[in-house]
Amino acid sequence: MSRPHRILEQVSGEVVEVRPGESLLCAMERQGKRCIPVGCRGGGCGICKVRIVSGRFDYGLMSCSHVDIDQRSQGLALACRLFPLSDSEIRACGKPGHAVPQKQ
Amino acid sequence: MKKGVIRPGHIQLRVLDLQAALRHYVDLLGLIEMGRDEQGRVYLKGWTEIDRFSVVLRQADEPGMDFLGFKVVDDATLGRLGEELAAFGCQVENLPAGELKGCGRRIRFEAPSGHFFELFAEKEQTGKWGVSEVNPEAWPRGLQGMKATRFDHCLLYGVELPETLRLFTEVLGFSLAEQVLDDAGRRVAQFLTVGMKAHDVAFIEHPEKGRFHHASFFLETWEDVLRAADLISMSDTSLDIGPTRHGLTHGKTIYFFDPSGNRNEVFCGGDYHYPDHPPVTWTADQLGKAIFYHDRQLNERFLTALT
Repeated sequence: MSRPHRILEQVSGEVVEVRPGESLLCAMERQGKRCIPVGCRGGGCGICKVRIVSGRFDYGLMSCSHVDIDQRSQGLALACRLFPLSDSEIRACGKPGHAVPQKQ
Repeated sequence: MKKGVIRPGHIQLRVLDLQAALRHYVDLLGLIEMGRDEQGRVYLKGWTEIDRFSVVLRQADEPGMDFLGFKVVDDATLGRLGEELAAFGCQVENLPAGELKGCGRRIRFEAPSGHFFELFAEKEQTGKWGVSEVNPEAWPRGLQGMKATRFDHCLLYGVELPETLRLFTEVLGFSLAEQVLDDAGRRVAQFLTVGMKAHDVAFIEHPEKGRFHHASFFLETWEDVLRAADLISMSDTSLDIGPTRHGLTHGKTIYFFDPSGNRNEVFCGGDYHYPDHPPVTWTADQLGKAIFYHDRQLNERFLTALT
């Protein structure tokens, strides 16, 4: 229960260790990593959008203008509102116009 | 006030979680809850504000700004401006008195930027919160958090800045107080005022219509801004940038996000504008300094995180 979940971000190859109850983005910032761009941290701006490749997550509220029902079912989500329940793999999307990591 | 528009009156913001938003706007910013309506909207104000409310929160599945409202001098002016807005080419919608609790009839229109604005002539005035109208004390006891004094202005991102400027200056009587010009002399940012403040509403050019950058609240002093920064850390609130100073308007500022990702500013100081003053100009090659006078560097999140 108390073991952090290990989340691999595939574009950078970075691994983020996420404590129970902590959001993926919050854990990434705490560890000084930059593999997902950081925006509002509140599910509103869409900058930290990721694609879930594998693993289980709890979801917080996020703006439907950035992740609608269809996109959610395709595995898209905002990292600031993702709470990992298992070791997982994700890919940072990098939003058009937001150049922060964008390694391809 | 050349055309009878007096000042900002209210902003309605969408939030994902109303309870979380209230902890932010009431407990942290120090706005005062003034009531709720049958739609579940919550009405707030800063303690120095005379009107019953200036901020309305509405729970929705996407954050952002519903509309920004300005007060005009009287109902005849409201009628005349409605006609002038229609003649300009705006679709004008009439909202009956009471649709916002304590507010008279409003007219709503979409600016070319893609944002919705409103005008109204009457709103219940409950006076400053916690101090008497006669022989008022300096400030009330019992304020919370940052003790924000008033809703002050908004910055909006959108399209068609030149037509938006024409609407606000020619129809609504605003002045262009500050601007940013690119190398070709094109205006990429415009700060508009209807009184003596450096801005009541500002626009930055952006490819998408109708986006919201921030709502700003006024504090008295730089010490208050630093205290706000302490409270942002104490409450683990999402910080954007600051405390720092702007080049544009020269206000002293800190930016942070509400729990739904809407950006807020608290600030103090800043320049003033009389109607005969020419606009202050910043050039786009100095944009870093224009936005953050100390860092002098463009900050990507500040430019791109919008709701």
